[in-house]
Amino acid sequence: MTGAERGDILQNSMTYGLFTGAFVMHYGAEKVGILVIPAGPGNTERQINLMRDFGTTMLHITPSYALYVASVMQDKGINPRKDLKLKRAYLGAEPYSEETRRKIEDMLGIDIYNCYGLTEMNGPGVGFECKYKQGLHIWEDNFLMEVVNPETGEPVPEGEIGELVLTTLNREAMPLIRYRTRDLTRIIAEPCKCGRTHRRITRILGRSDDMFIVKGVNIFPQQIEQVLMSIKGVAQNYQIVLDSYDDMTVKVEIDKEIFDGKIDRLIKMKEEIIEKIRSATLVKPKVELLEPGTLPVSEGKAKRVIDNRTI
Amino acid sequence: MSKVYIISVFAENKPGRLERVTKVLTEANINILAFSITSTNGFGVIKFMVNKCKEAYDLLKEKGFTVSLNEAIGIEMKDQPGGLYEVVKILSSKGINIESASVYVAETRKRAYLIVEVDDTSKAMEALSGEPLKFLNPEEIQ
Amino acid sequence: MYWNEELECLPLEKLREIQLQRLKDTVKKAYEKVPYYRRKFDEIGVTPDDIKTLNDIIHIPFTSKADLREVYPFGMFAVPLNEIVEIHMSSGTTGKPVVAGYTLQDIEIWGEVMARCLTMAGATKSDIVQVAYGYGLFTGGFGVHYGARKIGAMIVPASAGNTRRQIEIMRDFGTTILTCTPSYALYMAEVAQEMGIEPTTLKLKAGCFGAEMWTEAMRTEIERRFNLSAFNIYGLTEIIGPGVAHECTEKKGLHVFEDHFLVEVIDPDTGDPLPDGKRGELVLTTITREGMPMLRFRTRDITSIIRDKCPCGRTFLRIERIRGRTDDMIKVRGVMIFPYQIEKAILEVQGVEPHYQIIITRPQHLDEIEVMVEMSKETFSDEIKHLENLKKKLERRIEEITGIRVKVTLVEPKSLPRSEGKAKRIIDKRSLSE
Repeated sequence: MTGAERGDILQNSMTYGLFTGAFVMHYGAEKVGILVIPAGPGNTERQINLMRDFGTTMLHITPSYALYVASVMQDKGINPRKDLKLKRAYLGAEPYSEETRRKIEDMLGIDIYNCYGLTEMNGPGVGFECKYKQGLHIWEDNFLMEVVNPETGEPVPEGEIGELVLTTLNREAMPLIRYRTRDLTRIIAEPCKCGRTHRRITRILGRSDDMFIVKGVNIFPQQIEQVLMSIKGVAQNYQIVLDSYDDMTVKVEIDKEIFDGKIDRLIKMKEEIIEKIRSATLVKPKVELLEPGTLPVSEGKAKRVIDNRTI
Repeated sequence: MSKVYIISVFAENKPGRLERVTKVLTEANINILAFSITSTNGFGVIKFMVNKCKEAYDLLKEKGFTVSLNEAIGIEMKDQPGGLYEVVKILSSKGINIESASVYVAETRKRAYLIVEVDDTSKAMEALSGEPLKFLNPEEIQ
Repeated sequence: MYWNEELECLPLEKLREIQLQRLKDTVKKAYEKVPYYRRKFDEIGVTPDDIKTLNDIIHIPFTSKADLREVYPFGMFAVPLNEIVEIHMSSGTTGKPVVAGYTLQDIEIWGEVMARCLTMAGATKSDIVQVAYGYGLFTGGFGVHYGARKIGAMIVPASAGNTRRQIEIMRDFGTTILTCTPSYALYMAEVAQEMGIEPTTLKLKAGCFGAEMWTEAMRTEIERRFNLSAFNIYGLTEIIGPGVAHECTEKKGLHVFEDHFLVEVIDPDTGDPLPDGKRGELVLTTITREGMPMLRFRTRDITSIIRDKCPCGRTFLRIERIRGRTDDMIKVRGVMIFPYQIEKAILEVQGVEPHYQIIITRPQHLDEIEVMVEMSKETFSDEIKHLENLKKKLERRIEEITGIRVKVTLVEPKSLPRSEGKAKRIIDKRSLSE
């Protein structure tokens, strides 16, 4: 669909494991006869060496990591256009803007295709961009799609923004009927120049709930709240601050009653919070311990997530 | 030999934190005799020995600080080379682990005391009772 | 229980016949398609036609890790690059890493031998296999994954790390088979206890442990802590990854899948073959691998061949558990010692944990070994006098086993670094430049 063929070399820099991103791409690529390098994320210098030594032609990567890899190349004086054989990349697992796409395309000298998927629906592979890059085709032979008003559940008129609802049509192990993805998008009904009749959706425009995504992982504030509430010495108030797609900072007020003047205990508590959040969400947070009463107390629905990221 | 008390205050590593605490003490006319700061990435604990410790503790608590009152032992050090070494040597020979320490120099500057927090104050005092050490009497600092 | 009874119990004459045919094919292909092999053959004047019997394998030159590095990245591939579908690499701690390339058929075979392994450990379609080996360039995760997929077991691709979550998954999913390094298994048991989860209450019934050296005593310990049956698995990236050999339920040596791999044990110094039962360096030859045929690869692993018939019915010969590495034998004051010997002593003595580190120094021209061992929690709170005795007991036992006097230092529980992959047991501080 995007020109990948036998002879291509795909460097898969998504996390392998319970997160579905990496596996699905791995299976798909081997089916087409593409050579897969299961690099996983991280170890940027090695990633770049692999690209150079193995003549990688395609990347599967998150947008934030792609930006980082590109900046490391610049620092090292590597010119991807001359020194590498990269042709294209599949970006997914976190929302990103058209500007980010253009920036990465420009830095690496490649074509970037958006892909869409979610673990509940087999991971990535639900929707994919064709070479025209005007929205993602949803594989309508496998998935039935609707766009509904997130408040009422009623279908919105075609072309209007709403929550994407998907039904699997041929999944054996875990059929899902009218699964509410919480992803906001709209349907593009006009036929695509590429000739495929599968309808397209626009890139994901946001989330209909308070879930947020860090490092490609879906996180709900409730998960973090649950962890904090299970730890002795943490007061009620907390805040999650997001400055990038790569990390989150959790600000926590300590409980006056448990303070005994020992710094060791506080350090231990901080470590416990980090470890337990990591265990619950798969993402290792930064944690700041604050004096009680420092965080704003809001009435009713507290604003727990401060998202400073812009798309 | 009797115990002395130390006040510990939790503080984030941000400008003005120490100022806020000391302002409260100053306004209540409480004298700081010894103090230390332990800090780590992001936060720290400020420790004081003051002349009116119970009063200072209640006051800070009332003002909303995260504060605790901890037992400690004050041990006199000779004002000469090796003064600290002599004391620490005895403590370690008894297997006493120092959790925090600060120094109090008495008004006359004739005597200095090492103020230490340990695991179990009573047990440590028992262990030290036979040693040739002089201890700080809480009444001396009232 | 067999995965592939016909092949696993093949009559020996038939097996040898198949091996010879496959060896001839492999050597021919390697000679024709891999310039590096051709050059090495030509240098000593050997041609594929010289292979007339299985014993003629001794005429083929050895392949070492250094050879593989020399042709990095793709110089050992025997097929065009577009037939290679997957790449794996061994961690390159020294110099360039070693690259392994797989065709679709190689991946098939990998799944087949891994399915045999998992079946030996009792895995069936109804089992839940938790893969706590790392995924990615490392072969561990993928190998087990392919085998489990072949069997049709439910796979939980947890990968290595994030221990608390591993344990929660075992509890919530009812994992029945655990695969990871043995040191990581022990660490998991410890973390489970910290979390208030008694490891024996998990549903684990078996585990396949490998990718690092371990001992019988460690097996007993893992089996006791988890109440499972622990199996030893062997493999290496250069040959295929995990799945070269595995223990059957007899647990007396590891069956090598001889229809895919040929086994030799040689004297590491002279390169001469050793008689069965004698310990030396394991040398492996792949006879079905398409992407990257490996001829007489020197594994540096020390073992011996067991050729007696195994009661399990498999006709494949066995190798004893890996006894050490030709390159991590510690030579101290001229005596060869292996970490497993020290581990054995530690596990025999009550009051210490199976977490240790061996530090070798040379303060004044003479090697000294210090073994740091963690005390158990109970011991830790004991009297100094008692600790002194414990230390002496350990020193005595290690000396009995290795013949070397060492200094034992007891350290606080949980103070030594824990590994989520291979444990770093030896720290050699001797500077050899003197």
